[in-house]
Amino acid sequence: MDRPHRGPTGPDLASGAHVTAGTVTGKIIEARDLYLSFGETPALRGASLVVERGEIVAVMGPSGSGKSTLLHCLAGILVPDRGEAWFAGQRLDRLSDDRRSALRRDQFGFVFQSGQLVPELTAEENVALPLLLSGTRRGPAMAAARTWFATLGLDGLERRRSGELSGGQAQRVALARGLVAGPQVLFADEPTGSLDSVSGELVMDLLTAAVRKRGTTVILVTHDARIAAYADREVIVRDGKVSTLTGATP
Amino acid sequence: MSANYFLGEYSWSILLVVSVPLTLLGLLERGPSHGYDLKRDYDAYFGRGRPLRYSQVYATLSRLARDGKAVAGPVEQEAGPERRRYLITEAGAADVDQWLAEPAPPELDLQSELFAKVVLALMLDRPADGYLDIQRAAHLQRMRELTDLKRLGDPLDVLLADHIIYRLEADLRWIDHTAARLDLISRAVRT
Repeated sequence: MDRPHRGPTGPDLASGAHVTAGTVTGKIIEARDLYLSFGETPALRGASLVVERGEIVAVMGPSGSGKSTLLHCLAGILVPDRGEAWFAGQRLDRLSDDRRSALRRDQFGFVFQSGQLVPELTAEENVALPLLLSGTRRGPAMAAARTWFATLGLDGLERRRSGELSGGQAQRVALARGLVAGPQVLFADEPTGSLDSVSGELVMDLLTAAVRKRGTTVILVTHDARIAAYADREVIVRDGKVSTLTGATP
Repeated sequence: MSANYFLGEYSWSILLVVSVPLTLLGLLERGPSHGYDLKRDYDAYFGRGRPLRYSQVYATLSRLARDGKAVAGPVEQEAGPERRRYLITEAGAADVDQWLAEPAPPELDLQSELFAKVVLALMLDRPADGYLDIQRAAHLQRMRELTDLKRLGDPLDVLLADHIIYRLEADLRWIDHTAARLDLISRAVRT
């Protein structure tokens, strides 16, 4: 697979290289009848989902329903036992580990529940990390990383380490890290799960503003209906299958 | 105490839990006001697109005056029509104090349509889980609209939208909890 170029991007860059919401449509992610078990325990049992380019889709469901497993299959972190996982016309489940790693690095961004910042690095180094890992020189990578701090209300915190940040600040740093390289898809697994309601709302306001501006597709796993309300639509995972909520105007 | 204001002759707000007379009394406590000004402020802060009628405002002020909660000042006539300022009395201010100190009834939804539909669907062997899914989608759609509203709204809009969002969220939790226990509930309503 050719490795697509992914350069540093800032929140205010109106680069033509980005997909802008509304200009490119069509499905970007698809799960077809996915099955995956951990030992004897089935996690996915025929999960199917189509996500359009530029959409924000909330994946909801009870604990243990398989929603995080589904996200991991769609992101190429896990390979399903059966079924097909597609990204932009490529079948993820047939790619080698190396090629899936490259795809994750070059095309996807990630935000997890508890930031998972590298504690030895400063906040700006954490943000720059995806760029550094994909071969961008340190100077441009750090410059691109710094442009996110004002946008996310983090001015002045560039040199702090994760232990010196509040939970909300750390999560905004993680969000910048997830978006700095201009991913086509951002995978967010309970991105506000460790935050109070006000900090969580701020993270979601910033996340949705940033991705809508850039046309980034978002798969958002959450059990919180208030967070799911930021998405364009919701699907529910129950017993390893996806139900799409339909209709229903009272 | 506030129950007195809900009985019989006093008007109700479109938000059933808000007492129009007590809210107008509260606005009057800021200082003497004409009915026109009270209506304007009520509509701005509490009306939310469903304004009070002038007749409702003046009828309420007359009843408050009759009950000793407010007094009407002398007629003021300049170029326009006759106008009076209303002043809150000590009794009226005491009622406002007491009302603000009381909790609102915490069991507003005992007659919930949601509850009734689930129980009836189970009694009649209809698909209650399907109903819960449809209701969940409707709730989430409304939450999405309110979340959008918050982006553009002023702080009062945001305050009200949040209030509704949290109530909808409580319903959704109940919906999820109920969906997980339908078999058990079903047995209970059929025996």
